[in-house]
Amino acid sequence: MAALRLWLRGGKGALGLGTRRQLHRTAAAAAQLTIRDALTQAMDEEIERDETVFLLGEEVAQYDGAYKVSRGLWKKWGDKRIIDTPITEMGFAGIAVGAAMAGLRPICEFMTFNFSMQAIDQVINSAAKTYYMSAGAVPVPIVFRGPNGSSAGVAAQHSQCFAAWYSHCPGLKVLSPWSAEDAKGLLKSAIRDDNPVVFLENELMYGVPFEVSEEVQSKDFLVPIGKAKVEKAGTNITLVAHSKSVGNCMDAAAALAKEGIDCEVINMRTIRPMDMETIEASVMKTNRLVTVEGGWPQFGVGAEICARIMEGPAFNYLDAPVVRVTGADLPMPYAKILEDNCVPQVKDIIFTVKKILHV
Amino acid sequence: LVHRCARHPTPEIRCSARPLRLGLEFSLVMSKMLRLLGNLIRGSNSPAKVLVGSRNYADFASEASFDIKKCDLHRVEEGPPSTTILTREDGLKYYRTMQLIRRMELKADQLYKQKIIRGFCHLYDGQEACCVGIEVAIKPTDHLITAYRSHGFTYTRGISAKEIMAELTGRRGGCAKGRGGSMHMYADNFYGGNGIVGAQVPLGAGIALACKYLEKNEICVTLYGDGAANQGQIFETYNMAMLWKLPCIFICENNRYGMGTSVERASASTDYYKRGDYIPGLRVDGMDVLCVREATQFAADHCRSGKGPILMELQTYRYHGHSMSDPGVSYRTREEIQEVRSKSDPISMLKDRMLKNNLSSIEELKEIDAGVRKEVEEAAQFATNDPEPALEELANYIYSNESAFDVRGTNPWIKYRSVS
Repeated sequence: MAALRLWLRGGKGALGLGTRRQLHRTAAAAAQLTIRDALTQAMDEEIERDETVFLLGEEVAQYDGAYKVSRGLWKKWGDKRIIDTPITEMGFAGIAVGAAMAGLRPICEFMTFNFSMQAIDQVINSAAKTYYMSAGAVPVPIVFRGPNGSSAGVAAQHSQCFAAWYSHCPGLKVLSPWSAEDAKGLLKSAIRDDNPVVFLENELMYGVPFEVSEEVQSKDFLVPIGKAKVEKAGTNITLVAHSKSVGNCMDAAAALAKEGIDCEVINMRTIRPMDMETIEASVMKTNRLVTVEGGWPQFGVGAEICARIMEGPAFNYLDAPVVRVTGADLPMPYAKILEDNCVPQVKDIIFTVKKILHV
Repeated sequence: LVHRCARHPTPEIRCSARPLRLGLEFSLVMSKMLRLLGNLIRGSNSPAKVLVGSRNYADFASEASFDIKKCDLHRVEEGPPSTTILTREDGLKYYRTMQLIRRMELKADQLYKQKIIRGFCHLYDGQEACCVGIEVAIKPTDHLITAYRSHGFTYTRGISAKEIMAELTGRRGGCAKGRGGSMHMYADNFYGGNGIVGAQVPLGAGIALACKYLEKNEICVTLYGDGAANQGQIFETYNMAMLWKLPCIFICENNRYGMGTSVERASASTDYYKRGDYIPGLRVDGMDVLCVREATQFAADHCRSGKGPILMELQTYRYHGHSMSDPGVSYRTREEIQEVRSKSDPISMLKDRMLKNNLSSIEELKEIDAGVRKEVEEAAQFATNDPEPALEELANYIYSNESAFDVRGTNPWIKYRSVS
């Protein structure tokens, strides 16, 4: 952690890439990076790289971010680049979209995506559709980011997953990172993209450290938008997920491996445009598919994957119907026992896999 | 048969001489001397005595001074000036522009009734002084955004009548290639054309934020109507614009009705120029292009000086209903519409001023009218005959700067290629 803090404060000079050259014969120098720090770095680097990039949102500046994701940025970059807004989502989201139309590249933070509902008209009608309506005259290079989905004990109004809602709309790109590598590389790609991007983070994942390679630590490390990643190769069954559920799938795969079941785990990374090719190629190999997501089942991400599998080449390779593991179909309750049973757990994934494999 | 006008000291007196033969140019002259001349001609009983002449531009005044209505002020010490100068050149320009917008909107009405224009069509006739007065007081490098009653602004911001009408008819020659229609037309530094009531106001403040950020001394004019004025997002925007001193002119075009609801039935306070509370405001006669010009100039100076936003209410009127599906007479009387037309029409007002002050002649203005009519007719012809957009291009412009990708059509076997 100390190394990371040094990193953040050191700016350009801290990487010392030149001195690492002699080590390239050995394994790439890995480091631990939390999702939070990965996001902070991504924003810091992009703000440095392009003077039209700026961040606005509630508490992003002097408070260092409600979840400390923008820690240190205001101190470094000041009022012009890091802007605290009043609690007026519709207003500041609209202002951010207008700024994007007029040549800037805003990062608009929603404290959680639940509050984006107040501004959803600006995201969809002003941001997503304008490039099309103007026949290419007005691009909208904006990133809407913030924590999405369930947290812990925050109850119904603060726990909704918006992946399906935003991914429904053409004109938007919707990203949902899982690892620190995803978080950093995808956020940088999102900021550099000339289109409106909805970037769905996860509050429970902010503090989770991941090992990252040297490449990930560089200032030009990007993860391409629209490409899923096979986190673990396998042969018996494919597990597809996004965000925190990817971690659950990895844990389930580890447990199932002990019982001789070899799972392939795909991290979607991008929900729209969805990388169906990677999923289809996997299903054509394993013949079975489980989708896992935190959001509600009806019209969810898994539902879309099922529909596309039916319509595509992988259907003929299925040995069993596709099954979805999702959040329970009700508003999120508060009490721990109730909440735990509303959120898809590792045991749900294991249970589902075994059901499909009839073991 | 024409007679030449001599220079005259008192412009109000019209020449009563009448030409003896038709088919030749007429010229309306106002001169005491010419009255005498006219008497002379009549007295001579000789049709052969023909004075051949032509319009002489040297006979027009180059400019005139006008009193304009004082603006009501809110948190403003001194408002815009109450007299202004109109040059002949500017007068002709404003006249032509307003007349063209008027004719274009009436032509759109016709095309809509013939079902060549579909969907929504919100016409601007009656409000021409607003878009023209605003445009001449700002620079082309300034920015402007408005709601859906936007054809007039699309024109003043630089799109031709041809491209506007072809967009209304949904053809490939339309300014948005048929993608947008009436409510979604764009130009350089003109951000539409917005369909969601009030949503354009935060966008406008965002554009103003970009102006301030990029330090190019540009401002953004952000328009909305009396109906939109009650939207919460507008108050959110006022707050941030004032807090951050954004160079934004908020303009409420108050045409007295939000669709079918009069301002008295919609707003607890109809003093729209005061609704910005801590934001200074002006209430302006929106039927007088000179009033609008002076007020906008005043507001632009305010913004450019770094003082932050300012609010203008333009009191104006629309002759048509809210849109083409609203006849516009169920919530207001025909008498009211007629009264505004006869007493406050922006084009008539300008015309009278120019004629009374010898900035132009009836003949000259008629010639301009003819030119306008021709331009609009040609635009309508183009809009009716231009082909519709190619189906292969249906999916273009979804993403900017993106490599080509496939887009699903109405069944899984139909795919369109999207090229940005």
